[in-house]
Amino acid sequence: MAALLEMRGIVRLFGDVRANDGIDLFVHSGEILGLLGENGSGKSTLMKLLYGMLPPDAGDIRFDGAQLKGHTPFDAISAGIAMIHQHFMLIEAMTVTENILLGWPGAGQILRQKHMAAHIRDMSQRFGLDLDPDAKISSLSLGRRQRVEILKAILRDAKLLILDEPTSNLAPSEVRELLDIMRRLKSEGKGIVFISHKLPEVLDVCDRVVVLRAGKLAGAAAVADVSRNDLAEMMVGRTVPMPQVEAGDQARGPQQLSVRGLKAAGLEAITFDVRAGEILGLAGVDGNGQLELAESLAGLRSIADGSVLICGQDATTTSVAERVRLGLAYLPADRSHTALVKSMTVLDNLMLRDTMRPPYGSAALLTPAAGRAEAKVLMAEYDVRAPGPESVVGRLSGGNQQKVVIARELARKPQVVVAHQATWGLDPGATRFVLDQMIALRREGAAILYISSELEEILSISDRIAVMAGGSFAGIVPNRNVDLRQIGLWMSGRAA
Amino acid sequence: MIEFLAATIRIATPILLAGLGGILSERAGVFAVGLEGMMLVGAFAATIGTWGTDNSLVGLLIALLGGGATGLVVALVAVRYRADNMVTGLAVNIVALGLTSYLMRILASSGKPLAIHNALLPVLPIPVLSDIPGIGPLLFAHPPLTYLTVLLCIGFTLLLNRTQIGLTLRATGENPEVVYASGLNPLRIRMLAVTACGAVAGLGGAVLSMQQVGTFTDGMTSGRGYLALAALIVGRWSPWGAAAACLVFGAAEAFELRLQGFGIPVSSYVMQMVPYLIGLAVLSSLGQNARMPAAIGQPLTRDR
Repeated sequence: MAALLEMRGIVRLFGDVRANDGIDLFVHSGEILGLLGENGSGKSTLMKLLYGMLPPDAGDIRFDGAQLKGHTPFDAISAGIAMIHQHFMLIEAMTVTENILLGWPGAGQILRQKHMAAHIRDMSQRFGLDLDPDAKISSLSLGRRQRVEILKAILRDAKLLILDEPTSNLAPSEVRELLDIMRRLKSEGKGIVFISHKLPEVLDVCDRVVVLRAGKLAGAAAVADVSRNDLAEMMVGRTVPMPQVEAGDQARGPQQLSVRGLKAAGLEAITFDVRAGEILGLAGVDGNGQLELAESLAGLRSIADGSVLICGQDATTTSVAERVRLGLAYLPADRSHTALVKSMTVLDNLMLRDTMRPPYGSAALLTPAAGRAEAKVLMAEYDVRAPGPESVVGRLSGGNQQKVVIARELARKPQVVVAHQATWGLDPGATRFVLDQMIALRREGAAILYISSELEEILSISDRIAVMAGGSFAGIVPNRNVDLRQIGLWMSGRAA
Repeated sequence: MIEFLAATIRIATPILLAGLGGILSERAGVFAVGLEGMMLVGAFAATIGTWGTDNSLVGLLIALLGGGATGLVVALVAVRYRADNMVTGLAVNIVALGLTSYLMRILASSGKPLAIHNALLPVLPIPVLSDIPGIGPLLFAHPPLTYLTVLLCIGFTLLLNRTQIGLTLRATGENPEVVYASGLNPLRIRMLAVTACGAVAGLGGAVLSMQQVGTFTDGMTSGRGYLALAALIVGRWSPWGAAAACLVFGAAEAFELRLQGFGIPVSSYVMQMVPYLIGLAVLSSLGQNARMPAAIGQPLTRDR
């Protein structure tokens, strides 16, 4: 059987960088292909070339028996290629029906919304999507929004669906449902390209995998023939084992972060301590109060009741700046809005919290020359890959942006660290870097609250593990022979 | 009472036409601050066109083109070259005021504004309906542009809610990136929407100069473009909402005229503030609920 999609010898250059260097890829109908690779390995570029958002410098694309050359996204859509972007291309103020009708030539110039709503209801049932055509997008969860995108593709008779990191924003139960939907699509004869970092999901749902590394094909295999370690090794060209912290392998110091009966909007009385030289891992499905807790600790939300002690000092009602002075560092989950000013340079972002302190400034004036030298040192130390301190942060990859945040927060030698989803969207190499930084801090005697929905990371670096559900702590255990079933029960107990 | 209501409709018509144009622009994501200028150019073009050709239909066509050209200028500067919407709109308003006043003077060699007296557009009573006592003359005996305004109100409602073009236009005001990813061109959509806004607002100006005054005087729109802007916001970017707001504003002004007629000592300046005070009150009470198109005023980032 001829392949649905054949890409041969694809080359794309960005300046001197060979983002795609002679890549071959094919997908059959009724097949799920996993496309793996670290950030910057060329996955997105390859898919942009396919979708007509960029022209290739060399190579041949054939789709459904016809050649695609010099095509636009419009041509790709008409040919039967659907791209489901990581950031959903939906209009929040509009209904499901309106979003599906938007830009669909098949819908005709005069819109028949009622007719279409009935059709949407039918198709949604057939594929198990459970969507209400009249619901506004803004009222839907991220998982549901993704289904709208999928339904959009199905209704336009897409033959090939490209899913770009579709699971990164979903809760575990939503991920399971998505994988089921993908299997259903496959059984209906659709071809699927599944782009992901998450190896367990890839192994679970894909038929074959293709791995890219530094713009080249690093490997291709049937899923039945490879193990998780094989894939990880193909992705980074070396093995990346998770680090392992031994609970209680080093003496712990005094209580550096103490939270007593903390109550705030979305939080029920929370009490815990973190000692110097200890990592408390906080697991749980996103949206169960993690953000509220992290921001309450950082001083971004007002606390209704209870107290927060940082390094023994009462910080319950103090300002953000005062908490920083007491020794707190905060790595927020939403780095592009809360942690960084994307349109400013690396140097500006590094200086943000320390404009009155050397080397960035004195009480009155900034000292950019000294700051620049310091920025260069930090960029080397934290492996920020950017042309220089003057590079605009928004242009850097997600991993490098996070490194800028980490460099800024950790260079201050904090006593207490609150890290929230610090590895979100990062590839295995960059994730490992973040985890290693946390372990190094722990060795230096910092108290760390590590909040993540990636249980694997929590298990890897925590001294103790707490689970958050429904705005409070469902349980807290030492990280030694942990009963995963118990953790799972806690997570789902009062999960949103 | 009939007379009062008739005055209300008369005052509301030019504002509503401009407001309808503004809805196209704002729903596509461009602030319609330039409505005042577009109206003024329309009023001027209609007067000169009618005077020059002795044909009011040609005059209206020229008003459409003049307003459209003003809209195109805004579109080029604010959409194509991504300048700030507010600043562009205000600049266009000031340029339009200066330009129309200047042209009126150079057209007459005397250095004084050209003296033009065009016949007003005739009232066209709708047969039978206009004979209904009371509401007949009130609702069914108007000059042509008033009927056109009502038709556009219906037409725009259908356009925005029932057609692919309208959906695309609204989507461009909410999130142009999505429109682009759907294989459409948000830049072109915004350019067209702002140009169309100019044309419709130009007709709004023509209502003043051809249906109500019969000539062009300097700055004759005197803030009606801003009133239209307030009306479309108070009317929450929907044609019927804007119509309701315009009627309220119109009623306030008609009431003021009546009071003056009765010799009641209320300063006309106080009464002139009334529509804007209503606007402010409505805006503040709507608050966050007056949801603007999400991407309004945001420049397009893609050069396509």
